[in-house]
Amino acid sequence: MTELQLIITIAMVVLGTMLTRFTPFLVFPAGKDTPKYVQYLGKALPGAALGMLVIYCFKDVDPLARAHGLPELIALAVIVGLHLWKRNMLLSIAAGTAAYMLLVTFVF
Amino acid sequence: MKENKSKIKALKAAFPYTLPIMAGFLFLGTAYGIFARTEGLSAFYPIIMALLVFAGSMEFVAVNLLTGIFDPLNALLLTIMVNARHLFYGISMLEKYREVDIKKRWYLIFGMCDESFSINCAADVPEDINQGWFRFFVTLLNHIYWVTGATVGALVGSLIPFELEGLEFVMTALLVVIFLDNWLKEKQHYSSLIGLGGSLVCLLIFGSDNFIIPSMAVILLVLTLLKKPIEKGAEK
Repeated sequence: MTELQLIITIAMVVLGTMLTRFTPFLVFPAGKDTPKYVQYLGKALPGAALGMLVIYCFKDVDPLARAHGLPELIALAVIVGLHLWKRNMLLSIAAGTAAYMLLVTFVF
Repeated sequence: MKENKSKIKALKAAFPYTLPIMAGFLFLGTAYGIFARTEGLSAFYPIIMALLVFAGSMEFVAVNLLTGIFDPLNALLLTIMVNARHLFYGISMLEKYREVDIKKRWYLIFGMCDESFSINCAADVPEDINQGWFRFFVTLLNHIYWVTGATVGALVGSLIPFELEGLEFVMTALLVVIFLDNWLKEKQHYSSLIGLGGSLVCLLIFGSDNFIIPSMAVILLVLTLLKKPIEKGAEK
């Protein structure tokens, strides 16, 4: 690709990303009343969007691969267990990540 | 003076929330910068994309687009498909971002990557902290981490010995904790369960490359069908 073609391609990626980020705010601007159904979605969606993101994070785990997804599963258990016990965000994240790194480096 | 004080207070409140992202973005950003260079791009491209696109997974895809055949329409459509999940973030944040003044609001929407959205959506900002500045700094700090990582990777990546296998899991850990906090807070779990279950079923059916759009459709459908019970549950 020429430099101009590279720049155009990047501009398309920027445009596509910004369309997905700005569209809801442009369609339902601050000054106007948002339809009831969209207001409902605004309240009901966050939990579902976060749930979808969690699945998205684990999408490339392959249960048939050598480790059978065990490092992810064990690290997940560490995070959930520790978080329910201590409720300390940074501690849960650090311990879960450390557990995962140790497992993939030394065990699997 | 007073405004400066409230800005600094908001920055101090926002910073701890972004610590895991600092680790994750510096690591992944560096990996991204190195990847772009090994694919033959000059350092300018990964850095400018980190700055202007600020959507990690899409930027890895974009490196492939830039090293392939010139096809701008395909680039646009692929980007919309990969990033379609942002539409859900926008609808979720319509009310919250409405309270923020317009200059900051533009930046918040521009910088709404997965991680900025998750924190801004779920964090309980303390009453005495300016909400707009808190969200602004969460987004800005994340943006700085990502651009820094990409720049380091693009410029001096070949000098860094990479032996941090598994550090990328910090992003997964962050999202799991945010989901869990939200779960513990919510009065009913319909929405969270629909998000988890619907996406999992779609992942199994459509595979990891194509499941996000079907998941979004399923989530919308089920949330619409269950509107009455969910609204009732929220009133309790």
